Amino acid sequence: MISIGMLKGVLAYRGFIIGSVKREFQSKYHNSILGAVWTVLNPLAMIVVYTVIFSQIMRAKLPGTDSTFAYSIYLCAGILTWGLFAEITSRGQNVFLEHANLIKKISFPRICLPIIVVLNAGLNFAIIFALFTGFLIASGTFPGWAFLAIFPVLAVQIIFAIGLGIVLGVLNVFFRDVGQFFGIFLQFWFWLTPIVYPISILPETFHSLLAWNPMFAIVTAYQTILVNGQWPQWQALIPVTLIGIVLCLFGMQLFRKRAGEMVDEL
Amino acid sequence: MGAIHVANLGKAYKQYPTRWSRLIEWVLPFAGPRHQLKWVLRDINFRVDPGEAVGIIGINGAGKSTLLKLITGTAQATTGGVAITGRVAAMLELGMGFHPDFSGRQNAFMAGQLIGLTVEEIAALMPEIEAFADIGEYIDQPVRVYSSGMQMRLAFSVASAKRPDVLIVDEALSVGDAYFQHKSFERIREFRKQGTTLLIVSHDKSAIQSICDRAILLDAGRLAKEGAPEEIMDFYNAMIAERENQTVRQEKQEDGKVQTISGTGKATVTDVALLNEQGVRVEVVDVGALVTLQVTVAVNAPMARMVLGYMIKDRLGQPMYGTNTHLKELPLHDVRPGEKITYGFSFPMNLGPGSYSVATAITSTETHLVNNYEWRDLALVFTVMNMNREHFEGCAWLDPSIEIQRP
Repeated sequence: MISIGMLKGVLAYRGFIIGSVKREFQSKYHNSILGAVWTVLNPLAMIVVYTVIFSQIMRAKLPGTDSTFAYSIYLCAGILTWGLFAEITSRGQNVFLEHANLIKKISFPRICLPIIVVLNAGLNFAIIFALFTGFLIASGTFPGWAFLAIFPVLAVQIIFAIGLGIVLGVLNVFFRDVGQFFGIFLQFWFWLTPIVYPISILPETFHSLLAWNPMFAIVTAYQTILVNGQWPQWQALIPVTLIGIVLCLFGMQLFRKRAGEMVDEL
Repeated sequence: MGAIHVANLGKAYKQYPTRWSRLIEWVLPFAGPRHQLKWVLRDINFRVDPGEAVGIIGINGAGKSTLLKLITGTAQATTGGVAITGRVAAMLELGMGFHPDFSGRQNAFMAGQLIGLTVEEIAALMPEIEAFADIGEYIDQPVRVYSSGMQMRLAFSVASAKRPDVLIVDEALSVGDAYFQHKSFERIREFRKQGTTLLIVSHDKSAIQSICDRAILLDAGRLAKEGAPEEIMDFYNAMIAERENQTVRQEKQEDGKVQTISGTGKATVTDVALLNEQGVRVEVVDVGALVTLQVTVAVNAPMARMVLGYMIKDRLGQPMYGTNTHLKELPLHDVRPGEKITYGFSFPMNLGPGSYSVATAITSTETHLVNNYEWRDLALVFTVMNMNREHFEGCAWLDPSIEIQRP
């Protein structure tokens, strides 16, 4: 999948990768007075909106639970992780176009670019998820040991997102329609996944259709862990894991085959 | 030590008749190709040996930049290949990847990492980078407040911080103020002395002639000519001037130098001579001696206006002095076929010791690009020797009178 040469290149450019991640992170708040504080304030605001507003003001309750925070946690479990998925895929599909100038003028391992995207998305997610975890502990709703199950689920989700992102990224260079299309597709995808609403409000007939949505399994796993404090159904994650691996393999193959031609198209 | 070996190199872009064609080709790979290849480079073969400096010239669109991209590896060759040994530094576009909100120092680190240096290496080189860029305390200011010249200086300093085995330079260097251009060329010369192999693309005649051992002329994606920089430059100039019904030919002189002649041939220079004060032809001239450059022109076709120009060039082909009868406001009007016209240009030979050549041009205005009747390079070669003066350095005789005040 990844050739030795590619790995060597990435290793040699690890300084560039780390530097780029740092720089992209810093650049957002570089000219502000509060600086790094914003990196916390922004996600904090988001979590406050979902938790305080939905639980206290709108008094939204998840069917079948009594806890005031249940719906807030349900919402965060889906939205925060969806955010990670959306960032990797939508940044991934634009990564080569965005850096067209760099790719055309400087010879460096191109595969560094998607790696930077993933690391950046991961960093943003780590901050917001750490805040969310803090909220869980503070509100006494921490799921306990089941929380550890988050990490394998995250791994599956990231593999799936990387595979999809690279495939889209390469295709988008040659067919710009891909980028436009995926932007729309992602919105439908979000609303066709039970993130904001519980699955129970859907008619039974739709439940079997949801099995075709790879993100359904992932989001459900997060919700099971965070809302119910239970271990997820591992076998439900097998299809999406396989899809993710296949997409990664296909994406790398596509990338290797088309990397040269890509430069001509940028 | 770095060497570049380019073998059978070719580059073609795929052209699809419609946007759908590519999709069809991708989806149905067995249905055959639906694109046409547009060749921008073909059959390029040359090598640059360790320590050698080679210049690439050619008009816009000749394929120079594509060639450099293939050599540096940013683009992929369609046929053939490039083999490079040693550490390569490419200056295709300076200031790539600079982020305006970050300080010069931070950007220097980033740019350095992008060309494969480690943080430790850059940190070690940083004092030198700062000193060479010479932008003072601006180094810690965000790059967005830099002038474009300052950006270039910093970018060049970073790109050239570590001596490469092979240096590949695009026209990038023609930016920045004269002082910095000078400084950057000095650095490239210094690299050359230490054994760096150089490949440079430039439109700047003097840059190519003063630094390169050899030049390559690209024309319409093919290697048109390869040889001594002066010869190639002359051919290139003649090629630019080429219009319909014109020919460019190069004749080998007795001394082995190649004379390039181009133009419509409406008039032709039949004789060029350098005469001393006594009116005797000379080939060796003393510094400061009064001489007359005598040019004889034979007219072959009627011309409404005829201008004769000449240029004295040094051994490397760099212009020392040039003028013409348009600038001197002495053009001839209504010349007839069969006329034989003799011009005499008298001046003191205030050049330093060395070998010089004279190029002549017959035109209708001040430039040979409008009507090039005849352009003749290396029409005459002469030597200036210092026979009667004290020793001095340089290519010009600028004898001072000296006043010293010592209170």
